[in-house]
Amino acid sequence: MASFAQAVPRGISSKLFEINWAFVLLVLLIGVIGVTMLYSVAGGGWEPWAIRQLTRFSMGFCLMLGVAMVPPRFWMAIAYPAYLGVLLLLVGVEVIGVTAMGAQRWLEIGPIRMQPSEMMKITLVLAMARYYHDLPPEKVSSIIGLVVPAVMIGAPVALIVKQPDLGTSVLVAVTGVAIMFLAGISWKLIIAGIVSGLVGAVGLIRFGLEPYQRNRIMTFLDPETDPLGAGYHILQSKIALGSGGLTGKGYMQGTQSHLQFLPEKQTDFIFTMLGEEFGLVGGIGVLALYALLLGHCIMIAISCKSMFLRLVTMGVTTTFALYVFINASMVMGLVPVVGVPLPMISYGGTVMIVMLGGLGLILGAHVHRGAEPSKGGGLFG
Amino acid sequence: MRRDTEEAKNQFTRRTLLMGGGGALVFTGIGGQLYNLQIRNEERYSLLSDDNQFSYRIQLPSRGAVLDRSGEPVAENRDSYRIFLIREQAGDVDAALDRLARYMPLGETRRERIMRDLARTPRFQPVTVAEDLDWATFSKVNLHLPELPGVMPDVGEVRTYPMPQAFSHVVGYVQSAPPEIAGNDPLLRHPAFRVGRAGVEVARDEELRGSAGQLKVEVNAFGRVIRELPEQSRPATPGRDVTLTIDAAAQRYALERMAGHSGAAVALDVQTGEVISLASAPGFDPNMFVLGIPSREFRELNENIHRPLFNKTLNGLYAPASTIKGMASLAGLREGVIRPGERIFCGGSTQLGNRRFHCWRRGGHGAVNMHEAIKVSCDIYFYELAARLGIDRLGETARLLGFGERFDIGIPMISQAAGNFPSAQWKRARHGQPWTMGDTYNTGIGQGYTQTSPIQLAVYTARMATGRMIQPSLYRRAIAPRFNEIGFDPEHLQVVHNAHVGVVHEPGGTAYWPLQGFGVEGVQMAGKTGTAQVYSITAEERARGLRSSEDRPWHLRNHGLFIGYAPADNPQYAVAVIIEHGGGGTVAAPIARDILKDLVERDPVGRIGPVAALGADRPEG
Repeated sequence: MASFAQAVPRGISSKLFEINWAFVLLVLLIGVIGVTMLYSVAGGGWEPWAIRQLTRFSMGFCLMLGVAMVPPRFWMAIAYPAYLGVLLLLVGVEVIGVTAMGAQRWLEIGPIRMQPSEMMKITLVLAMARYYHDLPPEKVSSIIGLVVPAVMIGAPVALIVKQPDLGTSVLVAVTGVAIMFLAGISWKLIIAGIVSGLVGAVGLIRFGLEPYQRNRIMTFLDPETDPLGAGYHILQSKIALGSGGLTGKGYMQGTQSHLQFLPEKQTDFIFTMLGEEFGLVGGIGVLALYALLLGHCIMIAISCKSMFLRLVTMGVTTTFALYVFINASMVMGLVPVVGVPLPMISYGGTVMIVMLGGLGLILGAHVHRGAEPSKGGGLFG
Repeated sequence: MRRDTEEAKNQFTRRTLLMGGGGALVFTGIGGQLYNLQIRNEERYSLLSDDNQFSYRIQLPSRGAVLDRSGEPVAENRDSYRIFLIREQAGDVDAALDRLARYMPLGETRRERIMRDLARTPRFQPVTVAEDLDWATFSKVNLHLPELPGVMPDVGEVRTYPMPQAFSHVVGYVQSAPPEIAGNDPLLRHPAFRVGRAGVEVARDEELRGSAGQLKVEVNAFGRVIRELPEQSRPATPGRDVTLTIDAAAQRYALERMAGHSGAAVALDVQTGEVISLASAPGFDPNMFVLGIPSREFRELNENIHRPLFNKTLNGLYAPASTIKGMASLAGLREGVIRPGERIFCGGSTQLGNRRFHCWRRGGHGAVNMHEAIKVSCDIYFYELAARLGIDRLGETARLLGFGERFDIGIPMISQAAGNFPSAQWKRARHGQPWTMGDTYNTGIGQGYTQTSPIQLAVYTARMATGRMIQPSLYRRAIAPRFNEIGFDPEHLQVVHNAHVGVVHEPGGTAYWPLQGFGVEGVQMAGKTGTAQVYSITAEERARGLRSSEDRPWHLRNHGLFIGYAPADNPQYAVAVIIEHGGGGTVAAPIARDILKDLVERDPVGRIGPVAALGADRPEG
C-alpha cells in the first residue's frame, strides 16, 4: 500500500526529476535510427527525407516532454471534447477531404493538412480511459457499460473504413477492444465476442469484400505466384531481407533498396531496408529496442494508481505495439500489405507527431503515477 | 468500494501482463521469421537478389583487320555512334519513337523498318534505331536520355574499307547475318554484329570474328544499367588479323590504270606465287553493304554491263588468244616436233579442207622461226605446230602450265573457275561431235574452246618464267613456299623466254611499238600480247569492209590481253591483264607494262634491291 502512496510532483523541475530517462533514451535511439535509415534511402543525402524527419522528430520529442509535464486532470478534462472534435473532423474528411492515393484521408484547413484518423488513435484512448475511470468496476460488464464503449469505438471505425483505410480502422478497433479487455470485461463476454467476431470475419470474406480486397488476401497467401503483380512488393521485400543475412550488406549498400526493387522504402518498407543493410543483427536490434520501450510502458501502466492513467498508457502502448507488429509482419510476408508505418522510423509527419504525443502521455503517466484522482467527473489535482 | 478498486487494479495488472506476454510471443514470432529469412534462406534470397541486381550484356568482339603485305589496313573498324531501342523498357513503342524523333531524324520508312524489327525480336533485346550517327545528334539524344526510356545509346564499331574500289572483290564485305545463318545465336542476332558475306571477309570469317564476351552490369528495377562490373565479366576475344600477300599500292595502281575499262589484272611474285595484286575493274564500294545497301543501288550495281560485283580475276573466263603461244612453243620443243631454228612459211592464210585459216596479218610474215613467230605472233606457224602436236600432246603441256586448273587461293569463286582446255573426249561429251583438225588449229592460237581466267594466265606466266610449279596464294605465311621444277629443258625455256623479251624489245615485236620499251633503265621485260575474238566477222560483213573490231558496238569488240614478267634476266613479278572489249593487246599491254614497272621500281617483295635503286636514280624524262 505504502509503495503506491507516492507524492505527486508539482513543480516543473521536480517533474523533470521524475521523468523516466531510460524511456527517453530508447525513444531517442529509435528516432536516430529512423533518420539514419532515411539518409541511406536518399543514397547518402539529407534531402529529401532525412532532414525533414529530423526536424519533425525534434519537434515531436519536445512535444513528448511537454505533454509529460501536463497534469492528468487536464487530459481527463479534454478527453470527451477532443474525441467529439476529432469525430467531427472525420465526418469532415468524408465531406470535404482531400483524396490521395485512392483514399480520402486528409483534411486541409488553411495551411494545415490533418489526418484525423491518426488523431483518433489518441483521442479514442483518452475518451475510453475517461469513461472506464468513471465507471464503477461492477458495471463494466453491464449492458450500458458495453454499449457506450462499443459506440465510441464503432463510430470512428466506421468512418475510417469508409475512407477507405482498412489498416488504420483495424488498428483503432483493436486498440479500443484492448482497452475494454483491460477495463475488466468478463471472460464470458470476451469469448462470445471472439466467436461472433470470427463468424463476422468469415462472412465478410465470403460475401462482403470487394474483388481487389479478396485479391490482396490471396496474394498474401502465395505471393510468388504473381511475381510482377500484386505479390511483387512482398517478394522483393523478402528477397531484400533474406539477402541481408546475418550482418547485412552494409550501410547504404542495400542493392534491393538502392536499385529500386524495393517499393516505398522510405515509409512502409523501411524495416526491410534496415534488414538488408544491417542483417539479422540490425533487425533484431531494432525489434529489441521496441520491445524494451514497450516493456517500459507496461511497467509504467502497472505502477499507475488511477484507472485513467493505466488505461491511457496501455491504450497508447497497444497502438504503438500494433504498429510495430503489423509493419514488421507485413514486410516479412506474415500479414497482407496494409499501409502501416514503422513508428518513429518510417518517414511521415502525422504518425510521428501522434506517436510521440502518445508517448508523452505515457511519460506523463509515469511522472504522475502517484496521482489518485477522484471519481465522478470532478477534476483532480 | 475500496476492495472493488483493489480487485479491479489486480485484474488490470493480470490482464496487462497477459497482453505483455502475448506481445512477447508476437515479438518472438517476428524474430523467428526474420531468422528464417535471413539465416535459413539467406542463400536462396541472395541468389534472387543477385538476379535482380545483375544482368549480362553480350560484348561484341572486335573484328580482326585485314592487312596488306606491309601491314596497311584494307578492312578495319571505326567508331560508330548507334541508338538502340529495347521494347521491354520502352513501353508504348510508338510514343517512344515520337519522343526520340524530337532529337533525331526518324523518317517514315525507317520507322516502318524499326517496327518490323521489333516485331521479330524478343522484347528484351535491343533493336537498331540508327547507326553511324553524327556526334551532334548522338550527344543530343544522350542528353535527353532521362526522358527516353528504352533508348540505349552505344558506341560500337563499324567495319570500314579504306580502299573501297581497289579491294572490293578481294576483301568483300560484312553484313548482318541473315536469319537462316543467325539461328538462335545471340551474337549473330545482335543488330550491331556483322558476318563476312563476300571475299576474304567470308572466307576467313571464323578467325576475323573472334568470340563474344559477357559484361556483367548492375541494373535497377527498370532495367537501366547503374554500373558495369568489368572485373567480373568475360571480355570478348577480338578476332585475329588476316594478312594478305597483296601490296595495297600495287592493287590501287592496277585499279587506277584500268579506270574507265572493264577488266582484270593479276600480279604474282614468280618465286613464291604470292598474289601481289588481284584487281577487277570496275570495283564497288563495300562500305555500302555494311549498313545495308538500298535495293535500288544494289540493282544498279547488279545490272551494270561492266559487272562491278563480279570478280573477273578469278571468275572471268576468256579465250587466252595469242598469250598461249609460249605454251604451244614449249609443248612443241618438249615433244620434239619442231626445232627452234626451223622456219615455217606464213603467206597470210592456209587451207584446211574446204576452210581457210587466216593469219592476223593479212599479208603474212614470210618464213619465221620460233623466236620470230612468238615475237610477231604469227598464227600460221602455230596452226602448223598445233597440227604436228595434236590436241592431246598440246593439252598435256597446257595442263602442266596451269590451264584448266582450279586455283583456289582462299576466297569464294564460282565452280566453273577452272576454265577449260579442250580435248577430244571433252568435245564428244560436251557437244557430241568428233574433234577436228580445225579445232586443233584454233586451240593452237588460243581461240575456240579454250577458256582461262586471269589468275590462270598469271600462274602460267610465272611458271613459264621460272620453270617451276608455281601455286598462287593470297594469305601471307611465315615461310614463303618454294616450288619444284616442272621438268622443262632449260634450253627450251630460254628460247621461249628470249622470244618473249623480243615481243617488247625487238623491232617488229607486237608490243615493241605500243610500249616503246620497259621504261626502267637497264631493265628489260618479257611479254606477250593477245586479242580474244568475241565475235566472228561474217563473210558478208567482211565484204562490206567491216573488218576492225573498233567498228562494232562495245560488247562485241575483242578482248585485249597481255601477259608479262620482269626483270627479264631475273624474273620476280609476273602480270596478266585482260581488258574486256578493249580492242587488241595494245590497250592491255601498256597497262600491264606500267603495273610491272611500278612493281620493279618499288619492289614490294624486296628481292631486286639494286635494280630498284637503279630505277629510282634514273634521270627524269
